[in-house]
Amino acid sequence: MEKTLPKIEIIEKYCKGCHICVEFCPTKVLEMKGFVVAVKNLEACIKCMQCELRCPDFAIKVSAE
Amino acid sequence: MAFDYEKYLRPGKLPHIWCPGCGHGIVMKGLIRAMDTLKLDMKNTAIVSGIGCASRLPGYIDCCTLHTAHGRAAAFATGVKMAKPEMNVILCGGDGDGTAIGGNHFIHACRRNIDMTYIIMNNYIYGMTGGQFSPCTPTGHKASTTPYGNPDPGFDIAKLAIGAGATFVARGTAFHANQIDKLIVEAIQHKGFSVVEILDDCPTTYGRRNKYKSVIEMMNRLKEVAVPVKAAEKMTAEQLKGKVLTGVLYKEEKPEYTEEFAKVIERAKASK
Ligand SMILES: Cc1ncc(C[n+]2csc(CCOP(=O)(O)OP(=O)(O)O)c2C)c(N)n1
Ligand code: SF4
Ligand code: SF4
Ligand code: SF4
Ligand SMILES: [Mg+2]
Repeated sequence: MEKTLPKIEIIEKYCKGCHICVEFCPTKVLEMKGFVVAVKNLEACIKCMQCELRCPDFAIKVSAE
Repeated sequence: MAFDYEKYLRPGKLPHIWCPGCGHGIVMKGLIRAMDTLKLDMKNTAIVSGIGCASRLPGYIDCCTLHTAHGRAAAFATGVKMAKPEMNVILCGGDGDGTAIGGNHFIHACRRNIDMTYIIMNNYIYGMTGGQFSPCTPTGHKASTTPYGNPDPGFDIAKLAIGAGATFVARGTAFHANQIDKLIVEAIQHKGFSVVEILDDCPTTYGRRNKYKSVIEMMNRLKEVAVPVKAAEKMTAEQLKGKVLTGVLYKEEKPEYTEEFAKVIERAKASK
């Protein structure tokens, strides 16, 4: 069975580059690219939603299905 | 599907004014999720705040909102609730707003047990005005007005609320984001005055003066100090040193103020 990857949407104009999502992602999916966050390794995402929950700026959204 | 926060926000308001990594945004998202869980009618819900960075929260949410004077959220909110007891009334603001200039209104709202929920974002500082110490700044910590360390002991907001008569008191942290909405849901469902203290971070005026190198260090501190009440039961006094209890700390049923006041009106009418 093929693994369905989640969708991670980053709204760059809202991201303030605080690093919270990058730091507390348990599987290190995210990285900083300049001042904003970017997806480095989508394959590793376990859809835990921690990044979306902790982002103070409504700047990252994870769609699980 | 990702959670649709936009549905609850006033259009065109993002990005919000809070600094990078400020926990107030995390708390606001928790409140929105709680409002969604409870399916609150936005036309029948009022969010009332005082002044401060935390008190800017109502400006973003598309329900009935009231941004009042410094420390006066409880007074204005009491007015709203007395005029319209059927409304869901939520107060929010910072530690400075709620426990310094607004401390008196805070304790009396607790004492009356009026059916409202107060979300107090405790970042241990007056963030908005550049980092003066608040009644919640821990002893020894630095603020712009205590450059050699704060000599005052800080308030324990939850204990203050319990002592003053609040009938539901809970505490969470900005780090434990997925708990925030659950605590707020329980608080709103509780009939009476409920207080939810969220330990928060202000990297800009508090963090940098107190040797936190980054927002991440501040978040890690919140992660480390928080101990859920259930886990604390199994811990020794030694293990609990320097820790802060989180979760629902206190709950009791007591007569609610608007209902008691309605009875007063009935008695007054009957006596004529
Ligand atoms: C009557 C009055 N006094 C003082 C001020 C200045 N003032 C604005 S916000 C603030 C403190 C806010 O601190 P807090 O409530 O902790 O909110 P934070 O900014 O930390 O989120 C003060 C003293 C004011 N606006 N009005
Ligand atoms: S959902 Fe979890 S695993 Fe996926 S990017 Fe976010 S924090 Fe990382
Ligand atoms: S938590 Fe939000 S604002 Fe902070 S870096 Fe990640 S996406 Fe950007
Ligand atoms: S000054 Fe502090 S409390 Fe105010 S927005 Fe910035 S980080 Fe948040
Ligand atoms: Mg404050």
